[in-house]
Amino acid sequence: MLELKNIEVVYNEVVLVIKGLSLEVKEGEIVSLLGANGAGKSTTLKAVSGLLKNEDGEVTKGNIRFLDEEITNSNPSEIVKSGLFQVMEGRRCIADMTVLENLRLGAHTRRDRKNINDDIEKVLNYFPRLKERNGLSGYLSGGEQQMLAIGRALMAKPKIILMDEPSMGLSPLLVKEVFGIIKKLNEELGITILLVEQNARLALNVSNRAYIMENGKIVLEGSSKVLANNEDVKEFYLGGSKGERKSFKNLKSYKRRKRWL
Amino acid sequence: MALDFLIQLLVNGFIIGLLYGVVAMAFVLIYKSSLVVNFAQGEFLLIGAWACWWLLAKFSLPFYLAFIFTLVFMTIFGILIQLIILRPLIGEPIISIIMVTIGLSIFFQALMNWMFGVFVEPFPKIFSTESVNLLGLEVQTVYIMSGLISLLIMISFAIFFKKSRLGLAMRATAFDQQAAQSLGVSVKQVFSAAWGISAIVSAVAGIVFGIVNGISSGIAFMGIKVFPAVILGGLDSVLGAILGGLVIGLLEHFAHYLDVQYLNVGNMIRIAPFYVLLIILMIKPYGFFGTKDIERV
Repeated sequence: MLELKNIEVVYNEVVLVIKGLSLEVKEGEIVSLLGANGAGKSTTLKAVSGLLKNEDGEVTKGNIRFLDEEITNSNPSEIVKSGLFQVMEGRRCIADMTVLENLRLGAHTRRDRKNINDDIEKVLNYFPRLKERNGLSGYLSGGEQQMLAIGRALMAKPKIILMDEPSMGLSPLLVKEVFGIIKKLNEELGITILLVEQNARLALNVSNRAYIMENGKIVLEGSSKVLANNEDVKEFYLGGSKGERKSFKNLKSYKRRKRWL
Repeated sequence: MALDFLIQLLVNGFIIGLLYGVVAMAFVLIYKSSLVVNFAQGEFLLIGAWACWWLLAKFSLPFYLAFIFTLVFMTIFGILIQLIILRPLIGEPIISIIMVTIGLSIFFQALMNWMFGVFVEPFPKIFSTESVNLLGLEVQTVYIMSGLISLLIMISFAIFFKKSRLGLAMRATAFDQQAAQSLGVSVKQVFSAAWGISAIVSAVAGIVFGIVNGISSGIAFMGIKVFPAVILGGLDSVLGAILGGLVIGLLEHFAHYLDVQYLNVGNMIRIAPFYVLLIILMIKPYGFFGTKDIERV
């Protein structure tokens, strides 16, 4: 469904951030993209959704195809119209609009304006707690804002949603709730999801397949179950592998081991 | 007698203030969506007024037709200005953009002088009665029309920003450009719309000013005069622009009253708003309704 082939992303015409990355998301899957800070996960998502231009970035090599159409460096509004929607890192709700206005804004690219009110109703049924919020969305809690951001994405009726760190800044309970919602969207509405996360354990739990990124490249890929049992992944992302504690003596070798390449 | 005069002036001030509010709103619309300080706003008024006058005087069209044609023309004009002149400047430093709008202002000012001459041209007569008696006050018919039009514009703005798809997109773009783009809002479309709408609204104000005082390049001075209104309300607040306009309108007419009655310096009506501007910039540089960030801590 979504296919990235060997893409390279350059910021400000000099800074090479993504160095030949390929990945594929098939219809109906949840795929997670994991990696440390600064590995280039968010950049990858922005490259797909066309938001790089705002930050003076550009896909210089390779191509991105969505539903068998080339979308490399297209306009974000065209991309949203074609059914690919990104929920950006940090929610990015329009703080001086109400919940309903935010939801209606999500339907911006839709042609069937008549059905929008019905769809708002449907989305609110997914997130019942948003129903009671009549004030500006800027005053919602972090979890509610995340739900609003996801709800807003649903309003555009996308085929695939790219989610950038939905767990950011949320309490553990809310993180669980949000991940439950993600799973539900995938199962009930058949929406394909590409998930970028720091919380590797939860992401591997919820996804079918996963990619692990480092320094702008994919270093590992496979089904989530296999990756969750991979010794390296356990050590670097899930914390602790064989149960023995690391001493400072081994710290150097640990650092060296951290890089696959 | 003095009291009557004061009340009369305040009523006029209120209506002119509404009109300032409308022009200020047109200004804020552009600033808010695209962060461009448009120094050519006054020329938009001037061009609108001249276009309408031209249709009326040269083609003897009925007023409502001329009015509609002018609005259509101004929409296209505003969008073209954005497309041709400002779009290539996206991402350039703000000072270059400001210089370009000042350049536009001078260019159009000169162009209008060249095309229509430098003398004041009165508008052809539109209303049969000059003024009506309202609660014992003589109010010019054009003033009443102007007040009604201003209110109408303000209400339609409020509805537009609350309900319409484009209005919501404009608010979103003003708040967070990248987030708006991620929702599929085409920022270029929003910018063009902002300029188009701003040009229409300015043209309406320009026509009303023209009917009241006749058309001359003096109308373009309104573009400068809205600055106190805009700064008072806060550069990026539509509501603030309206209130700022009202306050400035009332204030300058009150200053005029003081001037005529006691001070006898003359010209206070023109200068007073700028004194206010100075004082506001000293004590409240973001205005009374400028950006207030909602932040959860």
